[in-house]
Amino acid sequence: MSAQPPAGEALLAVDDISLSFGGVRALADVSFDVRQGEIRAIIGPNGAGKSSMLNVINGVYHPQQGTVRFRGETRRRVDPHRAAANGIARTFQNIALFKGMSVLDNIMTGRNLKMRATLFEQAIYVGRNRREELAHRAKVEEIIDFLQIEHIRKTPVGRLPYGLQKRVELARALAAEPTLLLLDEPMAGMNVEEKQDMCRFVLDVNEEFGTTIVLIEHDMGVVMDISERIVVLDYGRKIADGSPEEVRANPAVIDAYLGVAH
Amino acid sequence: MHAGAPSEADTFPKLLLEHARLRGAATAMREKDLGIWQAWSWSEVAENVRDLAGGLSALGLRRGENLAIIGDNRPQLYWAMSAAQALGAVPVPLYQDAVADEMAYILDDADIRYAVVEDQEQVDKLLEIKHRLHKLETIIYEEARGMRNYAQPFLHRYAEVQRLGRKLHEDHPAFLQREVDQGAGQDVAIMLYTSGTTGKPKGVCHTHAALITAARGGCEFDRLGPGDEVLSYLPMAWVGDNLFSYAQAMVGGFTINCPESGDTVMTDMREIGPTYYFAPPRVYENLLTQVMIRMEDASRVKRALFHYFLRVARRCGAEILDRAPGVSVIDRLLYRVGRLLVYGPLRNVLGMSRIRVAYTAGAAIGPDLFRFYRAIGVNLKQLYGSTETCAYVCLQPDGKIKLDSVGPPAPGVEVQLAADGEVLVRSRAMLKEYYKRPDATAEVFDDQGYFRTGDAGFFDQDGHLKIIDRAKDVGRLSNGAIFAPNYIENKLKFFPQIKEAVAFGHGRDEVCAFVNIDLGAVGNWAERRGLAYAGYTDLAGKPEVYDLIQECVEKVNAELAADPMVADSQVHRFLVLHKELDPDDDELTRTRKVRRNFIAEKYAPLVEALYAGKRSCHIETEVKFEDGRRGKIAADVQIRQVQTFPSAPTTPAVTQRKAA
Repeated sequence: MSAQPPAGEALLAVDDISLSFGGVRALADVSFDVRQGEIRAIIGPNGAGKSSMLNVINGVYHPQQGTVRFRGETRRRVDPHRAAANGIARTFQNIALFKGMSVLDNIMTGRNLKMRATLFEQAIYVGRNRREELAHRAKVEEIIDFLQIEHIRKTPVGRLPYGLQKRVELARALAAEPTLLLLDEPMAGMNVEEKQDMCRFVLDVNEEFGTTIVLIEHDMGVVMDISERIVVLDYGRKIADGSPEEVRANPAVIDAYLGVAH
Repeated sequence: MHAGAPSEADTFPKLLLEHARLRGAATAMREKDLGIWQAWSWSEVAENVRDLAGGLSALGLRRGENLAIIGDNRPQLYWAMSAAQALGAVPVPLYQDAVADEMAYILDDADIRYAVVEDQEQVDKLLEIKHRLHKLETIIYEEARGMRNYAQPFLHRYAEVQRLGRKLHEDHPAFLQREVDQGAGQDVAIMLYTSGTTGKPKGVCHTHAALITAARGGCEFDRLGPGDEVLSYLPMAWVGDNLFSYAQAMVGGFTINCPESGDTVMTDMREIGPTYYFAPPRVYENLLTQVMIRMEDASRVKRALFHYFLRVARRCGAEILDRAPGVSVIDRLLYRVGRLLVYGPLRNVLGMSRIRVAYTAGAAIGPDLFRFYRAIGVNLKQLYGSTETCAYVCLQPDGKIKLDSVGPPAPGVEVQLAADGEVLVRSRAMLKEYYKRPDATAEVFDDQGYFRTGDAGFFDQDGHLKIIDRAKDVGRLSNGAIFAPNYIENKLKFFPQIKEAVAFGHGRDEVCAFVNIDLGAVGNWAERRGLAYAGYTDLAGKPEVYDLIQECVEKVNAELAADPMVADSQVHRFLVLHKELDPDDDELTRTRKVRRNFIAEKYAPLVEALYAGKRSCHIETEVKFEDGRRGKIAADVQIRQVQTFPSAPTTPAVTQRKAA
């Protein structure tokens, strides 16, 4: 188990968040918490503000109102770099990898924040840097083994099929050894088998590393299966929050998202 | 005996201990893990086996009992094999990709109380069927990942079991030696289940003596010993892997290399550069297909070079490898240049730079394919054998290679032919019995102690054995002409575009066939033509693909027409199946042989449509996904009429074309 509060306590709490872009209200007074060690899903129709919520959590967007409390530390403004250094890693809805670089190198970039050697040391590969690289490489190999992507270690990411790219992105996020992992539609566009693989990996990450996970996903089967609690957003407002059973039974959710006559 | 290999030891554990004594520091095994090749010396292997054996004994595994082993080729699982044998128990390796239901039969039949498995995936399968298997008591898993929340008391970690064994060894240092000393050559060393092409799988029991005879014969035949490297990547449940990776390595004292995962075999092979290699024809075929696909993407100059020197190699490469006389000086020179520019780099890409001996067996290999590897300087040879005969009946000696035979009988093996052409074998490398099946055991031996292989074949004038088909599969067309389905299917499968084929014709007046396209090769071909497709089913139904396959079938027909014996077996109509034949749907055996009768029954409407001369047929098929769920694939399958040729060899141009 990694750092900070014991399992079950709130690792992250967003309080009364409002975010607008000009006249568009992306989020309005949204509050919820994420407990240490849980898998928390955010669902909602397109444009409900799910990705915006993730962006607020890791500091890409700065909300006009409200606070984010992470590991007991309350903040209003934080930049993504700080967030990452504090233990928040994420993957993106539309894959954001370095296409021309190998899988291995892409995952190594996830270790970047943990490198202490100076640029000069890195350039000539001596001393601290040498030791560091070896240690980081060992960690990266563990992740490669964990996600079963040995066979594509040296393949440029751009040549991989979509499902594998998603897995590489997850690998890179894991390389940062995050306390909190934000997954933006990790299973979008995958076939059934790929989805199942991904589900297993998400559960394994949660179980093996004790990583707390917040994920956005459209596949209701997946969400209901793997998450412990679900937040439902609609037009930037929170309309429900609870266990999968509670959310499934909530009439507001059924109307807004699961569809009345779908 | 080569390089002072031990000769006194009559069981595998004794061989292992002897290697540990004689060459303790030499590398016995390697496995790529976390991106690095980890190595174990003979003495480390012996220690690990000792600890595991001790632990298994402490958990209650008894002499004479069977131990199931399930997983990919991992050193730890090979140790489990040795550990069981050290205790006088019998390892029973199972195919690791079998679904739980298939495993249940074998686990039950073999009275399994103990199982050593690789990881969570295998544990889950066993848990799924455990309620039906009243005998199964203890499961030992190697890989701890994902196992955190498994609290069942009958689950044990491999490392924990070894720790138990280490303690036992500290308390009773002589324990293992005493157990090993009790073993004798006549004890059963391993039980391998037949693939079950016919009926339920049967457990084939081999003694240490039989396997050691076969292994020693093979090692002497090809001068294998310490310093040789083999890549262990074929299922441990297959006799080939057991002979080549386990028995021969134990006898010859060479190094076993386990790949990182099933998907990395090609990279791992290149890194290791094995000197000794064994693969069924389909692996050689896949490698070649991949090379050819990649060559298509190469620049024009490279492509021209490649094809030019390949033609040179086809002309004289095999002869140069065999040191046959009659190769012109110019050809020799050209071949040298070719080796520098094409064959050498190509062999390097394939991981075959250091190969001294490569074997293929298990199915017929295409003459083109076979010749290709020999032409680029890989000493590829064929052997003939079966699970029951320790894969040791015929071997092709260096320099006396024929494309269409499997070589003369191996040293110490007697081969005879029955009146109906069935191949009969007698040797020491022979099964002891089928487990709990005295009836079946009695059935396969004739009164002179010859084993009935079930294969039909004949000897050529040089005493080399030629296998044509399974004896029982050889049928007759309604006009009485011989019909060897395998022969036709193989001819079809020799095209890279065709992955599987099933020929029908016994008792009919014409031959018709099902075809599975190779998604890799045909998919690439389609992309190159800008042909969009959604998946296998969609691609298989494209008229362009049908045209492509039709060309292949017609070429086969032309070949068949040239040989009067099989001229009547020309394919009249074919269809491209809407789904890939899959072992999970019982359509192929685990070693990927087609189960012709099962397929004929399952797709009866399609067979009927073929013979009724319909142009298309609608079919719905149930499929099993990897996770055991079921689904349906439906499609309208087209049927194509194919050009056939008159039996007398004529030019295709003048033969009339039967309606397309």
